[in-house]
Amino acid sequence: MAEKKTYKIAHNRKWCKNCGICVAVCSKHVYEMDSNDRQAIVNPQDCIGCQMCTEHCPDFALIVVEVRDE
Amino acid sequence: MRSDFLRLERLPDIWCPGCGNGVALRALLEAIEQLGLDPDKVVLVSGIGCSSRAPAYTAFDNVHTLHGRAIPVATGIKLANPKLTVIVITGDGDSSAIGGNHLIHAARRDVDITVVVFNNYNYGMTGGQASPLTPSSSITTTTPSGNLDRPFDLVNLAAGAGATYVARSGIYFTKHLVDHLKKAITHEGFSLVDTIVQCPTYYGRFNKRGDAAQMLVSQKDWLVLKSVAEKKTPEQLAGKVIIGEFVNIGRHGPAAASTMKEQA
Ligand SMILES: Cc1ncc(C[n+]2csc(CCOP(=O)(O)OP(=O)(O)O)c2C)c(N)n1
Ligand code: SF4
Ligand code: SF4
Ligand code: SF4
Repeated sequence: MAEKKTYKIAHNRKWCKNCGICVAVCSKHVYEMDSNDRQAIVNPQDCIGCQMCTEHCPDFALIVVEVRDE
Repeated sequence: MRSDFLRLERLPDIWCPGCGNGVALRALLEAIEQLGLDPDKVVLVSGIGCSSRAPAYTAFDNVHTLHGRAIPVATGIKLANPKLTVIVITGDGDSSAIGGNHLIHAARRDVDITVVVFNNYNYGMTGGQASPLTPSSSITTTTPSGNLDRPFDLVNLAAGAGATYVARSGIYFTKHLVDHLKKAITHEGFSLVDTIVQCPTYYGRFNKRGDAAQMLVSQKDWLVLKSVAEKKTPEQLAGKVIIGEFVNIGRHGPAAASTMKEQA
């Protein structure tokens, strides 16, 4: 049976400008803007690896890779 | 996307939070990667503007020229070394206002370069003035009561001038954009991709288009695939912009030359 794939999100805080685009394009609510209007990763476990956030981040600040444990 | 295509030491870039230029640049780098081009044989040329900063963040050879003059410089590079893949990154102002003449004549000559217009519908770098692509009625610094002029349709302009590959896409539709960039780059002859990006700082703010994320996601609502648009009435298409491939024909150059020979 196919197991649920898991993904690791690398976020480059130094390049991120907290624009909120990843929050808007992720259908799994992985991201949120926190109370200081800073981007925060809140539900990484729900990531399905669709790459919507990485492809639309204007600042090359996100990388999402599948985690494979053999 | 290959991170060695970027000059990591130059990041973060100078663009405003949520500016669409970074998304368009990423799509272009993705297209170059997917085509398997030798990075040493790719040259990016730009003029002046926020969009024209893009090549400087890449590891390819690049030339940041004068405002509007990227196309003649790119033409020279291509003539000097036809083996190079020469790509121009330009803004709507850079390509259609000050550089408009270069654009139409490079299309007329069918110069084998690819022009990628990061079209944000205004002059971002200088504070949000109207460009020849600014839609009628839009608010800009120079049209505070709404733009009285009609814009060029860049696709029709390039096609009318003789471009042999013309497409339009938007950065929300990354796969569509990457696919059309790949076709434009591999096309032999003059190719242009009108790439819709957001300028949240000026065009978006002046025209109440919401924040960067809203501007980006709203492309879903006002950009319509050509195949879908063909089934719609003009009323249904009011206020929409059509994306897709509009011209994809053989080169004018050799064809014109052989016709001349036959006539002689
Ligand atoms: C010869 C010359 N005229 C005017 C300018 C001022 N100028 C700099 S960028 C620019 C417009 C840029 O608009 P666009 O090409 O749409 O690019 P964007 O900044 O929106 O990406 C202008 C008018 C200049 N740098 N050089
Ligand atoms: S899209 Fe990129 S720059 Fe914008 S908030 Fe998310 S990680 Fe930061
Ligand atoms: S890859 Fe898709 S699901 Fe995962 S965080 Fe990015 S947008 Fe959300
Ligand atoms: S002014 Fe507009 S085009 Fe220029 S960096 Fe800011 S958002 Fe982008």
